[in-house]
Amino acid sequence: MKLPVSPFWIGAAATTVLAGMLSLSGINEYFFFAAYVVLQFVVLCTAWNILGGYAGYVNFGTAAFFGIGAYTSVVLFQSLGAPLLVQMAAAAAVTGLLGFGTGLLTLRLRGIFYSIATVAVIFIAETLMINWRYVGGATGLQLLRPSPMLPFETYTRMLFFIMVVLSVFAVAIARYIEISWIGRGLRALRDTEEAAECNGVPTLRLKLLACTVSGALMGLAGAPLPMYLSFLEPASSFSLNYSVVALAGAIIGGTAHWIGPAVGAILLASVQQIVTVTISSEMNVLVVGVLLVVFVVAAPDGILGLVRKLRRPRAAAGSPP
Amino acid sequence: MIFSFQLLFEATLFGILLGCFYAAVSIGLSVAFGLLDVPHVAHPAVLVLAAYCTYLLGSYGWDPILAGLALMPVFFLFGVALYRFYYETFEKRGTEAGVRGLAFFFGIAFIIEVGLILAFGVDQRLVEADYIGKSLSFGEMRVPLRMLLAFGIALALTAALTLYLSKTFTGRAIKAVAQDEAALRLMGADPVRIKQWAFGIATAVTALAGAMLIIIGPVEPMLDRVYIGRTFCVVVLAGLGSMTGTLAAGLILGISESIVLMHFGASWAPAVAFGLLLVVLGIRPQGLFGR
Repeated sequence: MKLPVSPFWIGAAATTVLAGMLSLSGINEYFFFAAYVVLQFVVLCTAWNILGGYAGYVNFGTAAFFGIGAYTSVVLFQSLGAPLLVQMAAAAAVTGLLGFGTGLLTLRLRGIFYSIATVAVIFIAETLMINWRYVGGATGLQLLRPSPMLPFETYTRMLFFIMVVLSVFAVAIARYIEISWIGRGLRALRDTEEAAECNGVPTLRLKLLACTVSGALMGLAGAPLPMYLSFLEPASSFSLNYSVVALAGAIIGGTAHWIGPAVGAILLASVQQIVTVTISSEMNVLVVGVLLVVFVVAAPDGILGLVRKLRRPRAAAGSPP
Repeated sequence: MIFSFQLLFEATLFGILLGCFYAAVSIGLSVAFGLLDVPHVAHPAVLVLAAYCTYLLGSYGWDPILAGLALMPVFFLFGVALYRFYYETFEKRGTEAGVRGLAFFFGIAFIIEVGLILAFGVDQRLVEADYIGKSLSFGEMRVPLRMLLAFGIALALTAALTLYLSKTFTGRAIKAVAQDEAALRLMGADPVRIKQWAFGIATAVTALAGAMLIIIGPVEPMLDRVYIGRTFCVVVLAGLGSMTGTLAAGLILGISESIVLMHFGASWAPAVAFGLLLVVLGIRPQGLFGR
């Protein structure tokens, strides 16, 4: 029997409702503060995977999209006092456009060349922000948060709820891309770009689409950051740590399925939160590096691959369905 | 802005010295990435690691250049081990090595960086030697002696590596492996052993370059992030694997960076390498002397 609505949408609706109830309940504020960061990485890892996992283009520039998303918000907030949702829409538009630009680079660059070009985007964006007085230059900018929208008691709770919705949105988009013809085309061009092109896959259009969507989602993840911190400065907004966590979360979770990056992000970011609180903030970057190396060496298909192996020990050597 | 010929001249001269230094820090990557096609994103991290090892030896009273030379055999072995590991886990498996190989080196770079933070803290470190504080004056101009020293070592290093690759048997074998690995295998040579040797050489050269890094100025653990731009800019601009190209590209980067530094200020300098890199990648990815 087939359900009228797919289980995915039931799960998505349930998650959203549950998150809404949580944010209205009396739980300790710190929970929302920490959960926001974890959810932010769910969006980043899922967005990274659309390009990195499906199309095989390794984007090291997550921090650039994330940071530019945050700075777009700040500019709109400073100049027009725009509400958060407008800030987010604008951030998605700007970083989507930037994604389109890096997509054009894929015309000529593959493999490490594309990756290094995306690193360059981070540093150029950071340098521009450092030298732009209006957004506070190198010292950054202190921001005054407006009062939260009803029915939320505090701003952090509201941001938590927005991030949950954003995560569900990102995962839904990744899932749609994966199961539709877009995903098939991307996987085809990941394996052999020339062969895909010869078989009528519109590789350039697909790559541009993946870069734009991935970039816009990363920008969306960064857009609420200034309001979350009430502060913004270039060095931490464009930190390479965002790039490595986005990539590590997706690879640790498993890049073959839309749930992989979400699982990886939740695990990795939660471990990071715990390590930051209990040990030190340097240690949490080390954890990411070590886990990333261990996974690419020992479990290249991530947690999903491990689960699959456990379920079907005999078919483990075969290719994923 | 007042245009000053004197200032431009000084910037160019300083840029030439700086450029040779950039060529020296990039030449290891030129071999590892340019000739061997290993996506060695961790190269700048290894460079900073070598600078810290020099600092450590310096605290026992070693001269930094001597320390750099002493580190070379150790880093050679480290390079051989790193390549062997990379080969066994990624190159041998073949398919999809691209994404995972890149992620692997990216992870290694972060481990080195955080390892250095945990061991030495985030403060800047520097070494002391007789030649570090002094400078030579030419008329109105003063050139720091340490820059001249780095310039000399950089030139010697580049010349030595160029000669090694073109004149010796092993050097030619390394170039051959870069051209056609399968053909080399058919000739009865073992490409993996040659690549392993070459990667060791590249890492050893990086050790000496790391010693120069800390002679030029103080280092901090996160310095490798800026050098991702500088080293890859030089290697890509040079055209993969070209040694003379590396020197030329280093000079181009050094001079542009130094002119920007003098005319626009230090806050713009880090973007020069990345901007140049992006322009080269967009317009001429095969570089100036591309193979």
